Amino acid sequence: MDLNYTPDELAFRDEVRAFIKDNLPADIARRVGSGEPLTKADMDLWHSRLNAKGWLAGSWPREFGGQSWTAVQKHIFEEEYAAAHAPRIVPFGVAMLGPVLQAFGSKAQQDYYLPRILSGEDWWCQGYSEPGAGSDLASLKTRAVRDGDHYVVNGQKTWTTLGQFANKIFCLVRTSTEGKPQEGISFLLIDMDTPGIEVRPIILIDGVHEVNEVWFTDVRVPVENLVGKENEGWTYAKYLLTHERTGIAGVGFATAALDSLKRIARTEMNHGRPLIEDPHFAARLARIEIELMAMATTNLRVVAGAAEGKAPGAESSMLKVKGSILRQQINDLARRAVGPWAVPFVSEDLEGNIYHPGPEYSARVANSYLNNRKISIYGGSNEVQRGIITKAILGL
Amino acid sequence: MDFNHTEERRMLADSLRRTLARGADWATLAELGVLGALFTEDEGGFGGQGFDIAVVFEELGRAGSPLPVVEAGLAGGLLADCGQAELVEQIIAGTLRPAFAHGEPGLRYDHGPIRTRYEDGRLTGRKSVVEGAEGADLLVVTALENGDTVRLFTVAPDAPGVTLYTTPSLNGGSVSEITFDGAAATPIGGHMGLVENRIEAATLAVCADALGAMETARDMTLDYLRTRKQFGIVIGKFQALQHRMADVAIEIEQARSAVINLAGHLHADALARDRHASAAKNMVGRVARLVAEEAIQMHGGIAMTEEYALAPVSRRLIAVDHRYGDEDWHLERFIRLSA
Ligand SMILES: Cc1cc2nc3c(=O)[nH]c(=O)nc-3n(C[C@H](O)[C@H](O)[C@H](O)COP(=O)(O)OP(=O)(O)OC[C@H]3O[C@@H](n4cnc5c(N)ncnc54)[C@H](O)[C@@H]3O)c2cc1C
Repeated sequence: MDLNYTPDELAFRDEVRAFIKDNLPADIARRVGSGEPLTKADMDLWHSRLNAKGWLAGSWPREFGGQSWTAVQKHIFEEEYAAAHAPRIVPFGVAMLGPVLQAFGSKAQQDYYLPRILSGEDWWCQGYSEPGAGSDLASLKTRAVRDGDHYVVNGQKTWTTLGQFANKIFCLVRTSTEGKPQEGISFLLIDMDTPGIEVRPIILIDGVHEVNEVWFTDVRVPVENLVGKENEGWTYAKYLLTHERTGIAGVGFATAALDSLKRIARTEMNHGRPLIEDPHFAARLARIEIELMAMATTNLRVVAGAAEGKAPGAESSMLKVKGSILRQQINDLARRAVGPWAVPFVSEDLEGNIYHPGPEYSARVANSYLNNRKISIYGGSNEVQRGIITKAILGL
Repeated sequence: MDFNHTEERRMLADSLRRTLARGADWATLAELGVLGALFTEDEGGFGGQGFDIAVVFEELGRAGSPLPVVEAGLAGGLLADCGQAELVEQIIAGTLRPAFAHGEPGLRYDHGPIRTRYEDGRLTGRKSVVEGAEGADLLVVTALENGDTVRLFTVAPDAPGVTLYTTPSLNGGSVSEITFDGAAATPIGGHMGLVENRIEAATLAVCADALGAMETARDMTLDYLRTRKQFGIVIGKFQALQHRMADVAIEIEQARSAVINLAGHLHADALARDRHASAAKNMVGRVARLVAEEAIQMHGGIAMTEEYALAPVSRRLIAVDHRYGDEDWHLERFIRLSA
């Protein structure tokens, strides 16, 4: 048992820290810290700086343009950039599609798409969920029917995160209704400019346009855009769900959010004293910090297991459940911390202006609290994760 | 022992529920007697008891009404305390809507110390997170007279020297930051003790409002659990959700009892009243959050959208804990009062 990083790992951590310090624009970090939505330009800028350093997809194998990072390196990188309030690397191309193409894509697909993910030429979004297929994803109905050299796609995807910025979407589509529902699903790459695709915004409870509906009417997709084999898309999707899940706990995000929360609590006054000195508030804060300290080690135990070559399986469900609850508790406490300032509820106006009468740190805490209710719902809800734990780990 | 509301209160609740379901403006509320129910007979109304307030606000909360009735009741009550019978008459008739400007930046949930000053007929200072001030006909304002005593003043919101910065409220209405820069004001007397009394009544109103909103969230979630299908069955058949729903139902009953306790002690001695107010507000703050979070979680993604009708209900429930003292503020007061 050794709880410390090796000297090499420590050196890597310092390198990451220094890089972020020199490259992350202060204004972007400020906006990430206060929960303001970022523009596409902000995200593109950060991606391109990371890519110039070769770190946008550090855990990709070298042959595909990555750094072949170990699980521990990837973990260090994720912790450091989250703690510095760097924008989340948009996961759809780098963390989701990339590994699927590397494992199951054709050589031509790998050669064409992987460099475009890194360069930012392609912005991918994820077309899995449908109005009727959420937790029960395998019940999806969007159909792809073969017609010569094309599939003709009809149906509707929903909850498509940042689809308004995307030029590409990877979709699970139904290519067969025979056998079990999982057996008739294929994995298709679709150009968002194809005629017949319509993207409609969904405004979330915090007032932000973050997700979309994507409608498909007779959309013609070349057959070479099929990944792997027809009717085997479910296997690829599941690979994606269990692959590279060490970041799922969001320990870095939680640490950054806890830092911001402490700053708020040191500044806000309660009965004329800093809120952080209030015994009730201090107790709430301490309980969360105790959880987070343990969570960091739980997470590292899974990371270390992955480094030894064990694929993180059902353990990642534990990290997802505990990690999401912890982040939501921090958001909850931040909302409490600002007191009455949580009541003025402002999202951006059409010019992108935000007026909030309270201190800057208070402007979006209610919005962030509401928005992060999503993290226990998406990517497999916490109920679904608990179901996995009871079956796969506990054998009930 | 009788836990049934009087016939009059039941009738008011029923007609209010029906009318609010269709949508009601200020004049309609006045016609129904909502404003009259907030004042005692001595004050020119026909209610003013804890259970009158509880019945009215439970329905307003259930319907998600964005109208600033709490604030009008609070400001109106203070006008009544200060002998402004004519103004109270207009409030009950629905022709005058007042708001109460008291909180100041940095006070958090404390009721003082107030720093806004009244000198030579004019007010100077800033009031913060004032609900319902936008569009109000009259502001009832607390300020220091002679630099040391809190008194009440009335100010026209459009008077020179009054500036409102208004934003939408998490609660569904609007909130304003108000600056007074030598604004002409009319002294009406009063003192902090009256303000405290009326704040306890407003606390009851917010708790009852929350109770109504909780039941709306519960009912919407139940409907959804009965209709949404995944894995070929309605999700309400999953025991993981059933038990959570049962807990939500239990907690709402507890919150209802706490609100009843407060309503029954609103005119008891100050110690008993304040203990019940803090007990109720602490519990309602907690349960409102639980209900909102569980309603969202059990719905799944749909509850995250602005378009789905649960969104304003969830926000209203979350706002409860930020009005008139949060869970911890009331816990602290409860401990102090119980020592
Ligand atoms: C903000 C946001 C962004 C998203 N981004 C994307 C995206 O980019 N691409 C994409 O494809 N999808 C995305 N999703 C969709 C997300 O993955 C789904 O919301 C999620 O799978 C849950 O599905 P649902 O919302 O239909 O809820 P439902 O599946 O209808 O679930 C409703 C409730 O029932 C519970 N439940 C369901 N099954 C069971 C069970 N067997 N046992 C116990 N309880 C159960 C759920 O936990 C939940 O509480 C996003 C969702 C959100 C909210």
